[in-house]
Amino acid sequence: MATSKKQPLVQFKGIMKQYGKVTAVEKMDFDIEEGSLVTLLGPSGCGKTTLLRMVAGLEDPTEGDIYIKGVRINDTPIHKRNLGMIFQNYALFPHKTIFDNVAFGLKYRNVSKDQIREKVMQALEMVRLPGVENRMPSQLSGGQQQRIAMARAIVIEPDVLLMDEPLSALDENLREEMRREVDNLQQMLGVTTIFVTHDQREALSMSDKILVMKAGRKQQEGDPQTVYNQPVNHFVADFLGHSNFIKGQIVDVNKEHVHVQIETGDLLIADNKNTFNLGDRVELVVRAQRFDLVDEDEITTKQEMNSFAGRIKDRSYMGGEVSYFIELGTGREIHIISMMRTRIYSIGEKVRVQVAPHHCHLLAIES
Amino acid sequence: MKSNSWKPWALLAPSMTAVFLLLVIPVCFIVVYSFWLRAPSGADIPAFQMGNYAKFFEDFFYPQILLRTIRISFETVFLCILMGYIPAYFFYRSSSRHKQIFLLLIMLPFWVSFIIRTMSWINIMGDTGLINHFLLRIGLIQAPISMLYNEFTVLMGLLMYLLPFMILNIYVSLEGIDKSLLEAARSMGCTEWQAFREVTLPLSLPGLSAGSLLVFVLTAGTYLPPMILGGPGNDMIANLIFKRVIGTLDWPFGSAISVILLALLFIIVWTYNRYLGINQIFKSFQGN
Repeated sequence: MATSKKQPLVQFKGIMKQYGKVTAVEKMDFDIEEGSLVTLLGPSGCGKTTLLRMVAGLEDPTEGDIYIKGVRINDTPIHKRNLGMIFQNYALFPHKTIFDNVAFGLKYRNVSKDQIREKVMQALEMVRLPGVENRMPSQLSGGQQQRIAMARAIVIEPDVLLMDEPLSALDENLREEMRREVDNLQQMLGVTTIFVTHDQREALSMSDKILVMKAGRKQQEGDPQTVYNQPVNHFVADFLGHSNFIKGQIVDVNKEHVHVQIETGDLLIADNKNTFNLGDRVELVVRAQRFDLVDEDEITTKQEMNSFAGRIKDRSYMGGEVSYFIELGTGREIHIISMMRTRIYSIGEKVRVQVAPHHCHLLAIES
Repeated sequence: MKSNSWKPWALLAPSMTAVFLLLVIPVCFIVVYSFWLRAPSGADIPAFQMGNYAKFFEDFFYPQILLRTIRISFETVFLCILMGYIPAYFFYRSSSRHKQIFLLLIMLPFWVSFIIRTMSWINIMGDTGLINHFLLRIGLIQAPISMLYNEFTVLMGLLMYLLPFMILNIYVSLEGIDKSLLEAARSMGCTEWQAFREVTLPLSLPGLSAGSLLVFVLTAGTYLPPMILGGPGNDMIANLIFKRVIGTLDWPFGSAISVILLALLFIIVWTYNRYLGINQIFKSFQGN
């Protein structure tokens, strides 16, 4: 495969941020391709917002450089960076009309009055809120304010769009809708976007690339499927989705599979990805959704299918899915989310749990 | 619900009673007094006549003091804004751990008697005061310069008294400004100064105007700074009332002047409320 030598639009080189003795972002390299939407994902205090604010110029890096379009911007003052920023609380100017809010950035960019008017109307059209230009921000609902904040950020045609948890102040249903809207708008405009969130669903559904962070350190970067299906460590596996973790030791390796003896003595088969050797201690990760739940007496047709007998210990019905806690014969409990392809099992019922080897992901045990 | 409707009134009752007994009734007395006659013997005679008011507007002597009061009040407000905004802004922007101490220092003058604070200027600016003493000592002047007892010193005394009110009002209003608004303005192309003009200044105006009203009203009704730091030509209207009532025991005329001052302040507050809304003041004290 020919690797394109195209320069990433945003580059972090050895970036680091310390507040006194506290390190908010550990030395880190990271690239963002032009036109992509990159999510910085992690729990609060992981340094994702600090990273974003360093791009914006609201924080100065302690060490390292940030490049936009190949130009080092460390010393470029905020107002000359040409970035669009969207804040968690929208940050609309309460004393200005919607028109003046959206026109704000254009006013400082040598755009003629007529053009400002045209562009503002266009931006309001784009966020599907035409006709509100004479209202004040307080007269709009939360979702509408969010759209105005978006219009205000994109109207200046920024090099990079920065979003700091922009959807977290909205209620659940609206958030879903706005998420799709942000996604569509971003694709339509093709503007390079950095999106900060602690919501894995936002990250998985919108991103071209996800950067998972913890305590100022980069954990993993990659496209949503890679990060979800091939987590590099326990933290990533645990942070994204519902995972079962089972410790064990590799007792057999062949070309296709590795056999892991788990704590309970059972043998589990996982795909061989050539990362572990015979005798290695490993942690098996299986997503709660990857298990199949079948009747106790059903017999496996495929040979390599892992299969255990168990008993339903607890169950919560969640409409579209059912969440089960299942006690295996060995006393171990696993969490399964079933999409109800079969019937709903009741508490105490004996069942058979199956999982295919390619759904068993192996991790090295962290000390 | 209905049975509980008396509760707020019960809670309000003590303060309402106090306000009624100690404020409303005395003011009514003042209004009644202002129509009475004063006999040449010095006795007050109950009557209903406009003589006291007529006397005030008889010639230019009294109205001139009223006009001076208004002028000095506006000057004080103007100077307070000028000198109050900068420290308030400084506290707002400061991320120092000692910010609370700075604010406490602003309040510190309130712990010392107003009279003592005002008198202390005599020790600083008087003929044998600190400044003259120092200038004589280094030989810059041969005889003490007379600095006290003019309008400048009166304004200084007023500023010292009222500046904290202005600073705190502006500060509270600044504190209420969401800092991400400034960051938004900066990210859209504003320099720091432009962001101040676009965001900080307009959003701090409520505090500024609330502080201005407070300073105006307090200036118009004060008599100590002109009395201690002013000369005979610097009397303000409250000094006039003081002299009539305490000096010559002329209650009817003193009351009439009081009513005139009350009317003036009422017009000011009413105008303010009409155009800016009086509840801004309470908002300012609530910290947004």
